[in-house]
Amino acid sequence: MPLVWYTLRRLAQAVVVVFIVTVVVFLMLHSLPGGPARGILGAEATPQQIADFNHAQGLDKPLTTQYAIWIGQLLRGDLGRSYSLNATVSSLIAERLPKTLVLTLLSALLGLVVAVPLGLLQAARRNRLSDYLATAVTFVLFSTPLFFFGLVMIIVFSQTLPWLPAQAPQGQTLASVFADPAALVLPVLTGAAPLVAVFGRYMRSSALDNLARDYVRTARAKGTPFRRILSRHVLRNSATPLITMLGYQIPVMFGGALVVEQLFNYPGMGLLFWNAAQSSDFPVLLGCILVISIATVAGSLLADLAHSLIDPRTKAARS
Amino acid sequence: MSTVVESQFEPRALVAPSPGRVMLRRFLRNRVAIAGAVVIILAVVFSFAGPLLWHTDQTHTDLTAANLAPSARHPLGTDAVGFDELGRLMVGGRTSLLIGLSAGILATVIGTVWGSVAGYAGGWVEAVMMRIVDAGIAIPALFILLVIAAIAQPNTAGLVLILGLVSWLVPSRLMRAETLSLKHSDYIQTLRAIGGSHARAIVHHIVPNSVSTIVVAVTFQIADSILLVAYVSYLGLGVKSPDTDWGGMLSQGLSQAYNGRWWLIVPAGLVIILVVCAFNAIGDGLRDSFEVGGRR
Repeated sequence: MPLVWYTLRRLAQAVVVVFIVTVVVFLMLHSLPGGPARGILGAEATPQQIADFNHAQGLDKPLTTQYAIWIGQLLRGDLGRSYSLNATVSSLIAERLPKTLVLTLLSALLGLVVAVPLGLLQAARRNRLSDYLATAVTFVLFSTPLFFFGLVMIIVFSQTLPWLPAQAPQGQTLASVFADPAALVLPVLTGAAPLVAVFGRYMRSSALDNLARDYVRTARAKGTPFRRILSRHVLRNSATPLITMLGYQIPVMFGGALVVEQLFNYPGMGLLFWNAAQSSDFPVLLGCILVISIATVAGSLLADLAHSLIDPRTKAARS
Repeated sequence: MSTVVESQFEPRALVAPSPGRVMLRRFLRNRVAIAGAVVIILAVVFSFAGPLLWHTDQTHTDLTAANLAPSARHPLGTDAVGFDELGRLMVGGRTSLLIGLSAGILATVIGTVWGSVAGYAGGWVEAVMMRIVDAGIAIPALFILLVIAAIAQPNTAGLVLILGLVSWLVPSRLMRAETLSLKHSDYIQTLRAIGGSHARAIVHHIVPNSVSTIVVAVTFQIADSILLVAYVSYLGLGVKSPDTDWGGMLSQGLSQAYNGRWWLIVPAGLVIILVVCAFNAIGDGLRDSFEVGGRR
């Protein structure tokens, strides 16, 4: 199948997935007991007040009509207004999302920088003490609740040893995030921990697969130094699939951002979502989930396309 | 190798060991997986039999004994309302293990049914079913759980249901792939030719032949569920006091830990990590001995 057709088919699939996400999210948030009116007006609200609120917000119309209205607005980039913050959802997300992206990108970068050489070295020193130790560390990181890991980081590096601030950089603008680099260290480290585990484990097994291949034997037979085989051939071949993995890890990274931002009070989209859940601010919850899902779908789409561009062998698998 | 030599002299050894034996032997040789199994047995004994040996009151608060540091009387100290932490770790372990186990099994069952039906049906049914899976994967579980926490206070059974419903997606993908590889096999074709129903093909042939994939999936799924149970209290969905689970102990200890009360978070955190590691180790071991593909 030519690349164009493959791209179009994957694109169509992605559109279907996004459509299903909108339906699921819409139904989930509109089948709430008591509805949003209770959340906004409080337990004291009279039935009349609730009816008025529902009418004003269009919540008394049939679900299909509400969905059609909502999709129409969505296509125009209108995600509605926050119930509790005096702002539109799109402006809130536009302000917070870049900060979350900075946090997740830095974490992903750190995760890769640690995991790729680690996995490669583990494969080269397979079943030696260093390999066992590194495996144990990735295993533990993989199995640790992130909020517990972050808390231990705060207690150790901020309380016991007063080296780093426990609160992430505050401030409205994106530039303010970088104004205080020391305050970014703990959030980025915490966000990177699960990624080191995932990427490290993957890199190790991928490098082991490659070390067993014929081209490595040929290179060794020709007398190429082992270091060079590792750094030139095995590294390249086994790290390429990580690009695809990065695309698939987007939901994990957003999940991590939710925890990290709440823990370190980092004013990104995760904290926005957390606070919106506490105040039953459904337009915000809806908008955030939508943005994250679209990012996830786009991420796996790009990952698949990038993979088929980089690795010509996948063309055969596609047809 | 020795069997080959012996087989010339000993007729008994001519019989090849059953595949199940081979797998069991291979699994028993995996020391990490065995260690994992031992950890889980110890955790179960600790949580379920422990309270028989270590008697503590886990229903009535005792503010005179609140926030005590570890001592001979309370080896792991007490919490903010005077519950003995060691006893609480046992009671909490019961909830965590039961919810994690049930949710992991539920997720695998849903995923197995969904994935095998989708893979077997093929065509647009499969396309629609798998796009639903894609959509589910696109919404991270923690976000859904936090929304649910904002609107509902489920009981333990509800919690199992919720966790099962947010985590069946990966097993369904594995099961679909497995079904695709089995669907065109000769015996399924034969079954269909002699008039066997689709349901019979799935229930009696595809699922039993995928048992190794399912067993590996359920082990990883239980590990994930126990970890997710720990998150659930942190997100505000946990079981209600005086009941607790390891995650509940951890999230209650969060604010206390800043005051130097490390005993409120360190033991609970460590047992969660230990048990989740153990299930993952068993999953790895099973995957290697079954030689099946799987996640990670």
